[in-house]
Amino acid sequence: MNPEFRKISLDGLWHNNPALVQLLGLCPLLAVTGSVVNAIGLGIATTVVLIGSNLTVSLFRHQVPEAVRLPIFVMIIAAFVTAIELLMQAYTYELFLILGIFIPLIVTNCAIMGRADAFASRNPVPASVLDGLMMGVGFTLVLILLGAMREALGAGTLFSNMHLLFGEGARAWQITLVDDYRGFLFAALPPGAFVGMGLLIAAKNMIDAKLKSRKEKSTMPLTDTVTSKRVRVTG
Amino acid sequence: MALIHLSSPHVSKANATNRVMRLVLLATLPAIFALTLFFGWGSLIQLFIASTSALIFEAICLRLRKRPVMFFLRDGSALVTAFLIALAIPPFAPWWVVVIGTFSAIVVAKHLYGGLGNNPFNPAMVAYALLLISFPVEMTQWNAPFVLLGDHWHLLASFKESLVIIFSGINHGLIDAYTGATPLEVLKHRSGMTTEEVWRNNPVLSQGVFAWYGISAAWLMGGIFLIYRKVFTWHAPFSMLVTLFILSSLFYAGDASNFADPFVHLGVGATMMCAFFHCNRSRFRCYQQPR
Repeated sequence: MNPEFRKISLDGLWHNNPALVQLLGLCPLLAVTGSVVNAIGLGIATTVVLIGSNLTVSLFRHQVPEAVRLPIFVMIIAAFVTAIELLMQAYTYELFLILGIFIPLIVTNCAIMGRADAFASRNPVPASVLDGLMMGVGFTLVLILLGAMREALGAGTLFSNMHLLFGEGARAWQITLVDDYRGFLFAALPPGAFVGMGLLIAAKNMIDAKLKSRKEKSTMPLTDTVTSKRVRVTG
Repeated sequence: MALIHLSSPHVSKANATNRVMRLVLLATLPAIFALTLFFGWGSLIQLFIASTSALIFEAICLRLRKRPVMFFLRDGSALVTAFLIALAIPPFAPWWVVVIGTFSAIVVAKHLYGGLGNNPFNPAMVAYALLLISFPVEMTQWNAPFVLLGDHWHLLASFKESLVIIFSGINHGLIDAYTGATPLEVLKHRSGMTTEEVWRNNPVLSQGVFAWYGISAAWLMGGIFLIYRKVFTWHAPFSMLVTLFILSSLFYAGDASNFADPFVHLGVGATMMCAFFHCNRSRFRCYQQPR
């Protein structure tokens, strides 16, 4: 693979993951991850919007005046979100009802706006589309992981109600982890999302620190580098 | 000119945490006694489960964080947290309730934030909030106090039966008939009756309320002891109690048939425990940290 594309993919999935590193789009992330099916639904919707908006923004990047670029990006994103909303209403109506306001709210997801402004408006079309796809997949993976954690702890099941997204055949996908589980409401409620998110970020930082120390050991055994990284906390 | 800058904490005695924690543990004794007297063996068993699990979680966390295990175990802060959780939950709650409580207090609320002195929230309170949100049924079912059982007092679970109830959840119908809401719950969900009517008609209030007053008195004793031993100053608990008294008096004076009188607010429920054992926990945080 082209080294540039490789970097874009790794950034989206891991190094600059919108949910774990940029901490963008936390509102839908925390609100809808009560179960795996909700997470997948919102993740797919966000990914499609990201790819579409990155593609469009990149296509018109030379025509958009610098001063009014943000309103234009918002219009583009809003157009894609409206399309997705109508599609979900048509094909996955029940899931659309469950996700409710968080589908239209994708418009305000800073991750999408951020990618449009920071990447798509400065890069050619193929790279922008790949960036949208990888950022979206990275975001979706975090959503699914958090959804799985909360569903397992909160209700004792995994993959329940998958038929909302994948048709009647998916009804049997449900795995009951503990029979006769009493339910742990904390995990299913918003505070559980915050705690779960904190644990995921901590786990990512731990893995990064491990990888880094291993790398340093193998390359430069005597240097002691101190780095600090600032993260954006808006969104 | 040599100016020596000393940064806080300015501590003169060695390991002051240990001394404070021991005093707090001592101050819970009246409440432990009162709870056992009025509600049976449950509280003692909960204390045992909470202390054991809290110490185990504390030791595991300290080990994982590569801190001196015995040093921190001896400071008694984990035990205080365990005691405050065990005494706040219903005496016959299943064992896993208190274990989840100590886990969230010690592991999540304390060590994930950096251990003793770095926790922004009182671990015991975090645990209580989490339990109340997660297990509303288990957390609001108090068994009827001793005084309410009257002639059937022998039906109060024996020590062995209490163990069975807590550890297996099977209660042989012994407790079932005698569990119910706490007085404050009864007052809140009264289905259209006036305060006097509820008071007259509901045995939990008309007779059982003495047990609750007794427990509040025990917490008050412990709190006064702690103020006397200068563990904390009187300001925070006093302000809390006075505020509660004034506000509830205002409402009671306005509409006596709809609101409970201020002494109920002070004496029933966990007011005293909160005022003296939770309001002041921030005071404990400025104690010294080992370097």
